[in-house]
Amino acid sequence: MTLHPRNPEISHGTATPDQPLLKVEGLTKRYGPRIGCLDVSFDLYPGEVLGIVGESGSGKSTLLSCLAGHQRADLGRIAYDGRDVLAMSETERRRLGRTDWAYVHQNPRDGLRMGVSAGGNVGERLMAVGARHYGDIRGKAADWLGRVEIAGDRIDDRPSAFSGGMQQRLQIARNLVTSPRLVFMDEPTGGLDVSVQARLLDLLRGLVRDLGLSVIIVTHDLAVVRLLAHRLMVMKSGRVVEQGLTDQVLDDPQHAYTQLLVSSVLQV
Amino acid sequence: MIRIENLSKSFTMHNQGSATIPVMVGARLTIAPGECVGLTGQSGAGKSTLMRMVWGNYLAAGGSIMVGETDVATAQPRQIIALRRETLGYVSQFLRVVPRVPTLDVVAEPLLALGTPLTEARDRAATLLARLNIPERLWSLSPTTFSGGEQQRVNIARGFAHAYPALLLDEPTASLDAANREVVLSLIDEAKARGAAILGIFHDEGARSRVCDRLVDVTGFTPPNIKAGAAA
Amino acid sequence: MTDQAYNFAYLDEQTKRMIRRAILKGIAVPGYQVPFASREMPMPYGWGTGGVQVTAACLVPEDLLKVIDQGADDTTNAVSIRKFFQRTAGVATTEATAEATVIQTRHRIPEVPLTEGQILVYQVPIPEPLRFLEPRETETRKMHELEEYGLMHVKLYEDIARHGEIATSYAYPVKVEGRYVMDPSPIPKFDNPKLGQSPAIQLFGAGREQRIYALPPYSDVVSLDFDDHPFQASKAPHDCDLCGAKDSYLDEVITDDAGGRMFVCSDTDFCAGRRAEGHVGRLGEPV
Repeated sequence: MTLHPRNPEISHGTATPDQPLLKVEGLTKRYGPRIGCLDVSFDLYPGEVLGIVGESGSGKSTLLSCLAGHQRADLGRIAYDGRDVLAMSETERRRLGRTDWAYVHQNPRDGLRMGVSAGGNVGERLMAVGARHYGDIRGKAADWLGRVEIAGDRIDDRPSAFSGGMQQRLQIARNLVTSPRLVFMDEPTGGLDVSVQARLLDLLRGLVRDLGLSVIIVTHDLAVVRLLAHRLMVMKSGRVVEQGLTDQVLDDPQHAYTQLLVSSVLQV
Repeated sequence: MIRIENLSKSFTMHNQGSATIPVMVGARLTIAPGECVGLTGQSGAGKSTLMRMVWGNYLAAGGSIMVGETDVATAQPRQIIALRRETLGYVSQFLRVVPRVPTLDVVAEPLLALGTPLTEARDRAATLLARLNIPERLWSLSPTTFSGGEQQRVNIARGFAHAYPALLLDEPTASLDAANREVVLSLIDEAKARGAAILGIFHDEGARSRVCDRLVDVTGFTPPNIKAGAAA
Repeated sequence: MTDQAYNFAYLDEQTKRMIRRAILKGIAVPGYQVPFASREMPMPYGWGTGGVQVTAACLVPEDLLKVIDQGADDTTNAVSIRKFFQRTAGVATTEATAEATVIQTRHRIPEVPLTEGQILVYQVPIPEPLRFLEPRETETRKMHELEEYGLMHVKLYEDIARHGEIATSYAYPVKVEGRYVMDPSPIPKFDNPKLGQSPAIQLFGAGREQRIYALPPYSDVVSLDFDDHPFQASKAPHDCDLCGAKDSYLDEVITDDAGGRMFVCSDTDFCAGRRAEGHVGRLGEPV
């Protein structure tokens, strides 16, 4: 594997439908004596959506932040497109975070610049990778606002003037404008009204399908993963207790904890 | 097209004293292209269990389930995902969709997943919805608010949008009036004619005798202890 | 004249050494903000405490000092700082840019081109160009370290989106030697082209923020812009009403209550020099 190029172009590596885009082996993170996540291994292929479920404190958010490079894992290996992520310099890793990867926070305020216009928010990643033509940047921002169903005449408004659902859609546009290949999502529908959630789920499904995104989505909402995730990983006490096809894990859970989790969901 | 051999299934109830209940042993079944096989047996005999194992949302305990070149019993999740996208269709009794998505797009989605252009996929969806007598004014609404019969027809339209080489049909004619039942049966006939292998559960005996080439009684796959228990 | 109660140029020798080390480091790494242990000075923050400390560390008894505020030698800030060094260092002072060896400035670069051997000391209120978009100092340092400067262009993007053009007219961000993005202090962007390839040493001192940075002679300095909105060093579209200069930065002066106004060179030494040479503007009178 060659190293990530220094130029701002987005890399297109060797991952194919038969090669994992992300390969995780034995990932472990401890906080002193407490376990964050323990010995987590999985492969993620291009175009796949992996759901990670578990209750609060199960280690799913720790795992996501270790994968995204926000925290450093103690042990294990993460290979992205054949490259050893944990051995990368911080410069390379942050560059990856601006180009190939994207991270959608639960609270859009954590993922947006509230004092910058919607267009500026979407354009930032383009400018961060070297875009220097105002007209092009603005054109791409407008295109992406349209894709996430934000009216074009809101392009110069600040996100503070937007509803929660619009802010979350703006965060998604801001993340996807550089055509990432891997998107991390932490409870993306968490703080939203049910009807707004539905619209966002539909949007995400469409984007995954049309752009061939690989997604790792952390949530405690089993209904969300059933509609969005191809595969599911169930975590408890920092460990993966079960993983498999989403509807298989939900309809025919094998592990005691998963059975409890699934049977605890209120039916609607 | 579908070949099931020596298939077994058991459930382990971890939260009820870890009881392991075998529910199926030695199931075998073959369906050729263009053939429709109906599953029979009393309620609880395992028709739906077998169907779900073929679909892949129930794990097999042993044996094999070949659908085309894929053994669903041992395949990786992503192989099953590919199988469901390209080869294997499923009309379940329940419509499970993202709320607020228009009916037309719900039906077009399997085609979009295969990369069919949007207008072409929507044209195909519109044709099916019209054939199944879903009024055009409903197409732009989400099917989650529809009546049971309407939801069932949307589900059928979705299942027949792509010409899957293999199809699973779970009570496709239940809760349909005579006219719509007729439409569904002709859709099944057409699928058979183009070479689809179909596995179905039909409580409607008239429908069963009209489309099924063979019947398989799943009672034959029930483990002896369960059979004894059921009889007692 | 020198008040013997103070060490030469007010600061003690150890402090001046500490500041000189920061200056040398700044010169070695052009555009990089070097932290230094800024001292309490006998003037409030915002009155040029950073610049005064840098000047104090540079001064030698033979220096000829010039102090300007917005281009003028005769405004309060300039006069008080000049007097401060007259009293504590006993150095000679001048208003002539060409004669001065050290020039402390607030918000302008003199019109007369600087020469080798001269030192220009800027007073800096906020040294961090990324501050307004990213308030976390830990994060801005990381961004400088990793050259993550996309945010700078977000600021310019916002300008164009809001005003149709890059409305930033002072403290216009620059990139130094292809590496660090730097705030040139609140000089008008008209002065930005003078930052680059200057034969003089340019030093920037921020007292409250405890940062020193520098441009060694003949540094490459590029004003940030967009391909379709290139940087423009703008000024008021007038000539100086006193000396007639067409290419100097102008102040607008209200002359009466009836809307009367005039435009005059903000650089008083430059304007006076031209008038002495016989140039006369629209409202000027021959000297």
